[in-house]
Amino acid sequence: MQILYTSQEQVEVYRFNLPVAVLVPLIALFLQGFIPLRFPFFAMFDLPLLVVIFFAVARRSQVAGLITGALIGLLQDSLTHQPIGIYGIAKTVVGYGASSLGVRIDVENVGARFLGTVFFYLVHEVIYFVVARGMVSLSVQWNWAHEFVAAVANAGVAVILFAVLDRLKQRA
Amino acid sequence: MENLITRHRNVSILVAVLFAQVLGLAVQVKRSANAEDTRLIRIWAVSAVTPFEKAVIWMQQGTGGMWHNYVYLRGVRAENRELKQEIERMRLEQVRLSEDAEQARRLQLLLGFKEKFISKTLAAQVIGSSGSEQSRSVYIDKGSKDGIEPDQAVLTADGVVGKVLHVYGSTSLVLLINDQSSGVGVILERSRLQGVLRGTPLGGVAVERVMNDESVQPGERVITSGGDQIFPKGLTIGTVSGVKAGADSFLNIIVKPAANLSKLEEVLVVTGVETKLPVPGEMAGRVRAVDVLSQRLPSVPDKPVVDPKKAAATPAVPAKTPVVTPRGTVFEGATPGTLGTPNGAAKPATFNPLPGMKPAGPGVTVPGKTLLAQPEALLPKTPPANANLNVKNSAGAPETTPPSQVPVGDVLKPATAATTTAAPGSVKPAVVQKPAVVPRSSAPAAKPEDKSAKPEPAPVEDKRQ
Repeated sequence: MQILYTSQEQVEVYRFNLPVAVLVPLIALFLQGFIPLRFPFFAMFDLPLLVVIFFAVARRSQVAGLITGALIGLLQDSLTHQPIGIYGIAKTVVGYGASSLGVRIDVENVGARFLGTVFFYLVHEVIYFVVARGMVSLSVQWNWAHEFVAAVANAGVAVILFAVLDRLKQRA
Repeated sequence: MENLITRHRNVSILVAVLFAQVLGLAVQVKRSANAEDTRLIRIWAVSAVTPFEKAVIWMQQGTGGMWHNYVYLRGVRAENRELKQEIERMRLEQVRLSEDAEQARRLQLLLGFKEKFISKTLAAQVIGSSGSEQSRSVYIDKGSKDGIEPDQAVLTADGVVGKVLHVYGSTSLVLLINDQSSGVGVILERSRLQGVLRGTPLGGVAVERVMNDESVQPGERVITSGGDQIFPKGLTIGTVSGVKAGADSFLNIIVKPAANLSKLEEVLVVTGVETKLPVPGEMAGRVRAVDVLSQRLPSVPDKPVVDPKKAAATPAVPAKTPVVTPRGTVFEGATPGTLGTPNGAAKPATFNPLPGMKPAGPGVTVPGKTLLAQPEALLPKTPPANANLNVKNSAGAPETTPPSQVPVGDVLKPATAATTTAAPGSVKPAVVQKPAVVPRSSAPAAKPEDKSAKPEPAPVEDKRQ
């Protein structure tokens, strides 16, 4: 269990207590499902993805990152009518990648967070597209303009969200 | 090998987790959609998220209700007045429409059609969505405990929303019609073209399977066809907003949904649909347009009882061929002097002009009847599209009636089967349909040699064409 909440790294490693680790992803899933009912444009944001990136980067543990990504992704899949695992696979890879990157660069910087989120959002979308189209035969379409706009918008939200979530971090 | 896994522990775990998910996906894809049951993880996820959504909706409705029902009542009186006027207008409209519907039922009965009627609905509140652009679905606050079942239609007052896909204890997942995996059988109302309505990747809705050489105009209404066995026939989907030539010699017909799919709040789930043959008499107790119209007229004297023998002796007009439907049903309607009924019984009819009513031109005289040359003032404005006025005279011989000879008094009487009826306040005469489709030789026994018969009137063109 320790691996879920505490990183083994020695530098800039943070941990989260259990309620935060459980409630923050649940709240993100709730907001992701609820807000688009009132503001349809909100569907372009991916709050669960931002939460995965934040936890993975803060913990700096690849295993913790990929497991966090897999769990949140599978929960997100469960709320859709599509086969379970598409978001799971995409977020697993993102969780692993984000924690790997967190080990190497300073992720406290706003610019790094912005660019990192843009990068991981695009990675997430590419993996989702490949799995959905290649394995599940969903007729999804790739629109570069839409993906770039969504990536930048998500990065903007991520900067604010990460600043809020920073208050919940505990130094390991 | 063991060393390799230990050395690359993190990558090994990543590969293992990914492999497990890919395997799970493959299993799901291999199963057919019908065999897909509700998986435990879905129940967990829905149970974890929907209580929050229900709580927020409950609080939102509570505060909103307090404000709108007890505080913010500005303009309510004026609105109430307008709504009352609207109700009056709608009542008249309803009377007219019920008359048309009754006639449609009679004709459907003749053709042996079965109809599906929505017998039971359940109102539900939309509490959440999937939150994904790739999965256009919403959650409602009613589930199996409330009698919801998969594949039930979901509507709003504006039009069709979607169908129930997954049912949980107290919530259900509704697949919207603009999801790519959704499919609804539809008909274009004017052109009667059938197609399949599907969602587009960008959240739009389009009708597929309509050939390129068909003519479809923007603005045409799209309704359900009932062919998918989920949505009853005739529900509004939306209107055609654009038509483009698509791939594979099919048109790409873009549809603007009538229901606002991006801002759903309350919906109706169709929990009961019954299939039955239309019963013509089931509306007998209701108010009819003709009744309302006749009440407003000064007075319409009762018909005198006519001796059937006398009626039979009435000179017969030479026969026209009755319309024969593809199912072989002989289709007959109102006549000057007789009103066709499904069993062939003929009603003698006499029209007495109302006080103060003067024919605009010379009256048309048929023995035993007094007719108006221009009965437009009392006749329906638009005859029902499928009104059939191939007629029988009192001798039982079919005949075709010029508009000027349609017996106004009879048309105003409460309709029997196949009687021509239409809206009050209309001005056009009910017009005879196209000439019969069967050869003259197959017509019922006419008596051209009967000297008492009048010369055959010239066939009347259908003025609607």
